[in-house]
Amino acid sequence: MPEQDKAARFEETVLPHVDAAYNLARWLMRNDHEAEDMVQEAYLRAFKSFDGFYGANGRAWLLTIVRNVCYTCLRKNRTGELTTAFEEDLHPIESAAPDPQALLLQSEDRQLLRHALEQLPADSREVLILRELEGFSYKEIAEIAGIPPGTVMSRLARARKRLKHLLINREH
Amino acid sequence: MNCQEVQATIDGYVDGELDPVRNLETERHMQTCASCTEAYTAHQALRASIRAASLYMTAPANLRTRLRSSVHDLGRTTPALRAMPWRWIGIAASLAIAIAVTWDLALLLHGPSVEDLLTRDIISGHVRSLQAGHLVDVPSADRHRVKPWFTGKLDFSPPVADLTDHDFALVGGRLDYLDNRAVAAVVYRRRQHLINLFIWPSPEPPSAETAHAMNQGYQVFHWTQSGMTYWAVSDLNERELQEFVQFLRQQTH
Repeated sequence: MPEQDKAARFEETVLPHVDAAYNLARWLMRNDHEAEDMVQEAYLRAFKSFDGFYGANGRAWLLTIVRNVCYTCLRKNRTGELTTAFEEDLHPIESAAPDPQALLLQSEDRQLLRHALEQLPADSREVLILRELEGFSYKEIAEIAGIPPGTVMSRLARARKRLKHLLINREH
Repeated sequence: MNCQEVQATIDGYVDGELDPVRNLETERHMQTCASCTEAYTAHQALRASIRAASLYMTAPANLRTRLRSSVHDLGRTTPALRAMPWRWIGIAASLAIAIAVTWDLALLLHGPSVEDLLTRDIISGHVRSLQAGHLVDVPSADRHRVKPWFTGKLDFSPPVADLTDHDFALVGGRLDYLDNRAVAAVVYRRRQHLINLFIWPSPEPPSAETAHAMNQGYQVFHWTQSGMTYWAVSDLNERELQEFVQFLRQQTH
């Protein structure tokens, strides 16, 4: 497509999702600087592969790219934090249901919640962000995160369980 | 459905992602099961807290603007008979404060100027160097190794500054070819951004100002100082690359 038209169409379908891109990058990288770098890199790549994009869901498409850019960086520099599996073998989480009221009171503290989220492994944090903050469906989350649709629910379940555990144990 | 089954799919239920049959069965089960209802309530409480905590991180105001201008830049056709928008930035050589004045010098050319073509070569040189194995001929963070390496390979001695204190690491040096001559490329890094600093002798008088342009997503700065012409190119953001230039200009005074 002619370059000028491409830029215009890109601006229309992809540029509006800057907040979503930044939000995901910020939660994955956990600092402002790198989040901005990732978003710029993602937009560059998005523009370059824009010819291959058809359809309406610019937000999901862009976030897939953002996610990949972040994970590439994380893998290079911080391999310890990416996945849940190893940790869970060492520290299995009890499944007793906590008192909902206590949970509500504690977690309304924004700082507490933010800190707890940041402590989660990236792949748990990611599905929570996509579900709770961006409101994507399981199908969309599967596409963005590159996982089978059936895995989304189990990953969310694990992430929520882990988050609760972190919040409950915070006060001690 | 029994308790175990309900709790295994409770996230799907909470998220409204269960098929209608299972959804209904879960609802029915909850009506008579206190422990599953409690698990459900706990889930809802957690979700409500996440929503209430305003955890959405909106992008900084200028990020959108920067992206828009990057996109515009990318949208320009390359073999353009378009002018490159050069901006002249006043940077005090004695450097405490960054920018005094910026003013737009719109160059209305009908064809690419020598400077435009050179800028394009600079960027190509930068991009080529990023290919595996092409970045440095002498990999070293020690400028006392990098600077002498150029002796005998170039007919001039490029200044190699140490900017480690300012969080720009020296990666090494490389011979390159620009503007029809052999030039020095000194490579620096900040975070994962590589900076190519091209240096070669220039008969032109030193420039108090530094010229800046952005093209294809890369930031380019250039100036003349102490008999050398300098070109710094990187995908690092403008503000930080400008810092790099400032510190460099201070040191090579």
